[in-house]
Amino acid sequence: MTNTLSKEQVLLTIPMLPDMELAAANLASFIAESMSFNDVQIEEIQYAMIESCINAFEHSRSSDQNVIIEYIMRSDELEFKITDQGVGFSPENRPVRQNGQQDLYPEMRKRGWGLEIIHALMDRVDIRSGENGTTISMVKKKTNGGS
Amino acid sequence: MANKFDISIRAEQEYAVLETEGYLNDALGEQLSQKAQDLIEKGYTQLVINLANTALINSIGISILIEIIEALDEREGTLNFCGLSATQERTFRMMAIAKYAGIFPDEKTAVADFQ
Repeated sequence: MTNTLSKEQVLLTIPMLPDMELAAANLASFIAESMSFNDVQIEEIQYAMIESCINAFEHSRSSDQNVIIEYIMRSDELEFKITDQGVGFSPENRPVRQNGQQDLYPEMRKRGWGLEIIHALMDRVDIRSGENGTTISMVKKKTNGGS
Repeated sequence: MANKFDISIRAEQEYAVLETEGYLNDALGEQLSQKAQDLIEKGYTQLVINLANTALINSIGISILIEIIEALDEREGTLNFCGLSATQERTFRMMAIAKYAGIFPDEKTAVADFQ
């Protein structure tokens, strides 16, 4: 499932199946730990990775039902590119999970948090989406303290 | 991918503690919601959810926690969380959960808040 492309790059393909986001998050954790990211940063990377994968699982409507994750290691940062070959979406028009339930408190809404969580936990996020799919690129910079 | 999870319940006279173990996704969230609902129907309005043994939560799991907060709110009850990691607490605060539920470092302080 994992192909090492070069010393600095790892590629993982996961099927859109329940809990497969954990495989992507665990590999991200392993790589970040090997690069001496601190525990808080590793946890933030895991959470962002989980949300990126879930976003693809739920909203891409990809015909091949796979998500490709590129892990790019640099001296001072770690970049992740999460790609699906789905129908794409506009980042301004974020996909919102619909379960038919009303929110009692609008500020504590139950759906549509994935991208906000990713933006909050990573240092840089870029979303490129079109009719051939979506790539979320997210970068975590290495720091001595927390995030 | 196997995700082992479990929920244990300690029901006292005035409150109950639900302790999760494993990845809090939709599956564990639904189980947790059902157990919380059972306790609410038995008359418990003060609940603690201890997440000390849950290292990872996804946004679907968190949305189910919000449903539990709302269910308790309808009975004028209180939900306190404890055992959160740094990122879990940060995410909960970002999602305004800290406004409608308590966040405490451990079970002892979460329960003491009910006194």
